[in-house]
Amino acid sequence: MYDVAIIGAGVVGAMIARSLSRYDVTVCVVDKEHDVAMGATKANSAIVHAGFDAECGTLKALLNVRGAKMMGALCEELGVKYRNNGSMVIGFDEEDRKTLQILLERGIQNGVEDLGIVEGKELKELEPNLSDRVQCALYAPTAGIVCPYELTVAAMGNAMDNGADLRLGFSVEKIESTDEGYVLSCGDERIVSRIVINAAGLYADKIAQMVGDDTFHIHPRRGEYILLDKECGNLVSHTIFRTPSKMGKGILVTPTVDGNLLLGPTSVDMEDKEDKCTTAEGFSKIIAEACENVDGIPMGKTITSFCGLRATGSTGDFIITAPRKGFIHVAGIESPGLSASPAIAEYVCDMLKKEMTLTEKSDFCAKRAPMHAFREMSIQQKNEVIKKDPAYGKIICRCEMVTEGEILAAIRTNPKPHDLDGVKRRTRAQMGRCQGGFCSPYIVELLANEMNVPYESVTKSGGTSIINIGKTKEVLS
Amino acid sequence: MERELTCIVCPLGCTLSVTLENGTVTRVTGNTCPKGKRYAETECINPMRTVTSTVRCTDGSMVAVKTQGTIPKEKMAECMNLINSVIAPLPIQVGDVIIGEVFGTKIVATQNRG
Amino acid sequence: MTELVIIGGGPAGMSAAVAAYDSGIRDILILERDASLGGILQQCIHNGFGLHKFGEELTGPEYAWRYEVQVKKRNIPVKLNTMVLDITEDKVITATNSEDGVFQIQAKAIILAMGCRERAKGALNIAGSRPAGIYSAGTAQKFVNIKGYMPGKNVVILGSGDIGLIMARRMTLEGAKVHAVCELMPYSGGLARNIEQCLNDFDIPLKLSHTVVEIHGRERVEGVTIAQVDENRKPIPETREYIPCDTLLLSVGLIPENELSKSAGVALSGITSGAMVDQDRQTSVEGIFSCGNVLHVHDLVDFVSEEAEIAGKSAAAYIRGEGGEPVCVQLKTDGKIRYTVPQKITRAKDVTVYFRVADVYKNVKVCVMREDEIVYTKKRPKVAPGEMESIVLKKELFDGAEELNFVLEEA
Repeated sequence: MYDVAIIGAGVVGAMIARSLSRYDVTVCVVDKEHDVAMGATKANSAIVHAGFDAECGTLKALLNVRGAKMMGALCEELGVKYRNNGSMVIGFDEEDRKTLQILLERGIQNGVEDLGIVEGKELKELEPNLSDRVQCALYAPTAGIVCPYELTVAAMGNAMDNGADLRLGFSVEKIESTDEGYVLSCGDERIVSRIVINAAGLYADKIAQMVGDDTFHIHPRRGEYILLDKECGNLVSHTIFRTPSKMGKGILVTPTVDGNLLLGPTSVDMEDKEDKCTTAEGFSKIIAEACENVDGIPMGKTITSFCGLRATGSTGDFIITAPRKGFIHVAGIESPGLSASPAIAEYVCDMLKKEMTLTEKSDFCAKRAPMHAFREMSIQQKNEVIKKDPAYGKIICRCEMVTEGEILAAIRTNPKPHDLDGVKRRTRAQMGRCQGGFCSPYIVELLANEMNVPYESVTKSGGTSIINIGKTKEVLS
Repeated sequence: MERELTCIVCPLGCTLSVTLENGTVTRVTGNTCPKGKRYAETECINPMRTVTSTVRCTDGSMVAVKTQGTIPKEKMAECMNLINSVIAPLPIQVGDVIIGEVFGTKIVATQNRG
Repeated sequence: MTELVIIGGGPAGMSAAVAAYDSGIRDILILERDASLGGILQQCIHNGFGLHKFGEELTGPEYAWRYEVQVKKRNIPVKLNTMVLDITEDKVITATNSEDGVFQIQAKAIILAMGCRERAKGALNIAGSRPAGIYSAGTAQKFVNIKGYMPGKNVVILGSGDIGLIMARRMTLEGAKVHAVCELMPYSGGLARNIEQCLNDFDIPLKLSHTVVEIHGRERVEGVTIAQVDENRKPIPETREYIPCDTLLLSVGLIPENELSKSAGVALSGITSGAMVDQDRQTSVEGIFSCGNVLHVHDLVDFVSEEAEIAGKSAAAYIRGEGGEPVCVQLKTDGKIRYTVPQKITRAKDVTVYFRVADVYKNVKVCVMREDEIVYTKKRPKVAPGEMESIVLKKELFDGAEELNFVLEEA
């Protein structure tokens, strides 16, 4: 019996688990997927928003501004890369300028610091590659960028180091209420917990229905992205948004914390909560709008494209409520969910304090060793590591220069990856310009050896996503 | 009868025009070398191919192999069955015979192993 | 200080090393990232290599072995499993391996011979899902030939580059069914002989002016939608056709791998994606040479070896401080001829100039112009982008010239 069970190992679930692991309570995170960060967390703009978008007084506004303030220090603790690069909302005409003025006022009301409208020479100096058609911009120096799955892996890993459990492949099918709490079922498996937190992303409405709550629903909104080579990561230094209009927020152009250039997202309401297909129309829209914002985007340096689904709630705001004793929804966490996630976790802990006593553990360790530590070492430091473990001398991924030692460490560190994509998200191996062309056959071998499974059973991303169907000379002979 | 072929003897890939009379090649044009003419003659009567593949070694690794000469084109699938059925003992040197007799030629290793 | 460091132990690196040794250089070091010499040839187990160089048809590993024997005979030092991380303009090389850790070498001369990589799926922006079962042809080749595993059973191949054609045959021989090879262009990028012996021999259809417009399947590929393209290479919706398959192989081009060249400050050509070089294969950085597929993608390994010999000999001459009569002639092209290698001539000597054309042209005349005067011509019945051409320019042509223009005249 756990004190708290969290449904969903996205950034929200992982952050709540990490916050709770500070206290003397037992925590279990469950997720239907085979890895953490597999839902909306996996594919989004990776932005820490300053906090001027949401209407004053909403949870979105409150938690965004608070979360953005917490993010830098939190990333430092968790060993996660974070860059406070600042953002700009660019305006092309007088209509846009009026909107920017509204956003500025709203931002000030929300408590966003250092906001201002820049134009002319100052704007050009801040961001020289902006299109000449850009007249002015709302400049938010407090905005930043962070990798959402790196953050989630680190938060979950740190929670696990501090005693939290993670149950992957546990798709909650039924929730029964008992005198002591709740029983979550997946097939024949059961998890019993006093308190349940519903952080199930796209499926938070389904989970709510399992306890008879039909007050909200979640629908998927597709967002497609295009990612460019690291060569292009310096084209802009800030995150460049367009002025929001009736047509939506439009396509942004941003560096990523790993130095790539990211373009997107599209925004299309969907029915199917699993349909992560990219579209030709999506690509056209991204390319057309991105090139209006910024000059000289070298589309030929595209290395991949992908699609994410945001969990859009029916209320318009984050849904963080306790519909019944011992049950908390953390639902509808669309943008600025990533930015708000540290504050959401804090907020949920405060709610829990009303239901239970949260006593701080004496042995809580807030720090997590950064996964990227090796690459940032001096040659001398690296050689000390290589002497102890020669695997750190061997480069496996030549595009991102990832060593065998780093890959093995990732495979052995909580939350452990079980497939090629899991290794990719933790180490960046296969994430460079050749997209795993050279290194994936080696990484399959490392995974097979570490997990002690046959080479051909290693998958790209769990389930039936096998890389090879069997041995030559046997499987088709 | 006229037939057009792409010569596979070398990377030039010449387009060959072949005249066949009563099952015999009487004329070849389009070739840039004598090998092309010989290729056209065999290709029309009894096409031959080199087969390259891999053989599993005793330690589970793979070694690259080839037919030392050519074999009849229609025997390629059978040749593969033979290649797939053997497990080669290590060590292996380039040129080592892996299978002694395959449609008039041998299967030899093209790589060192072990 | 090492006199000559060669980055890469594939066909280019080995040939360059042997040539430099035979030109009298003894202090040579080859750095190779893989566990054996030979580079990508080790997985190219098909025959068709070495006709020019050795007068016989060898497989990739056999061709590599011929050179490995020559390297070993000369006792040229090699560091295997060694990855070069950085090269500076001052020719300081930083590399890493498990035995030596991260180490630095000051070289007097460097030959870049890192080869090329395949263009990945991401660059194509194909719509649809991102399931398992999509590989570049070379990755599939590694799985099948080196690791001994089958990537799939029902295969569609996008791109008719030679590796794609070779893998169509290879997968078929190993028991898979290749349903189609789609080529965006109206002509194949591969050699005619490979279309014959890899596709026609096995009744595999080559669909010219076709592309894959959508990938289906959530976890593993379940099928692809292909479509014919119009003259602007845009898919024609009414020609869409669904092909069930579990594997999509991509053979959509090779890109010279010049990240290290860039770190050394070597100027690159926007057309070849390789270094700009002179007749000695010397780059814009003095003492740094480039050869093989890292310089420009070759069709035949024999020409890689040949080019690497030039680089090896030239590096030896550079180390010894030998020169020749200096000239400075830029080689320019008209667009129909996409590029030449070398791009400039700095010493007066006979030079073989390699070039590629932009499209398929029949009955053409390759002309070299000096201002308005035609100084060289060569007739060709057919030229195609997939086939590298070459001409020999006599040293007299460079006397007093500043620029020579390569022009393709259609009949």
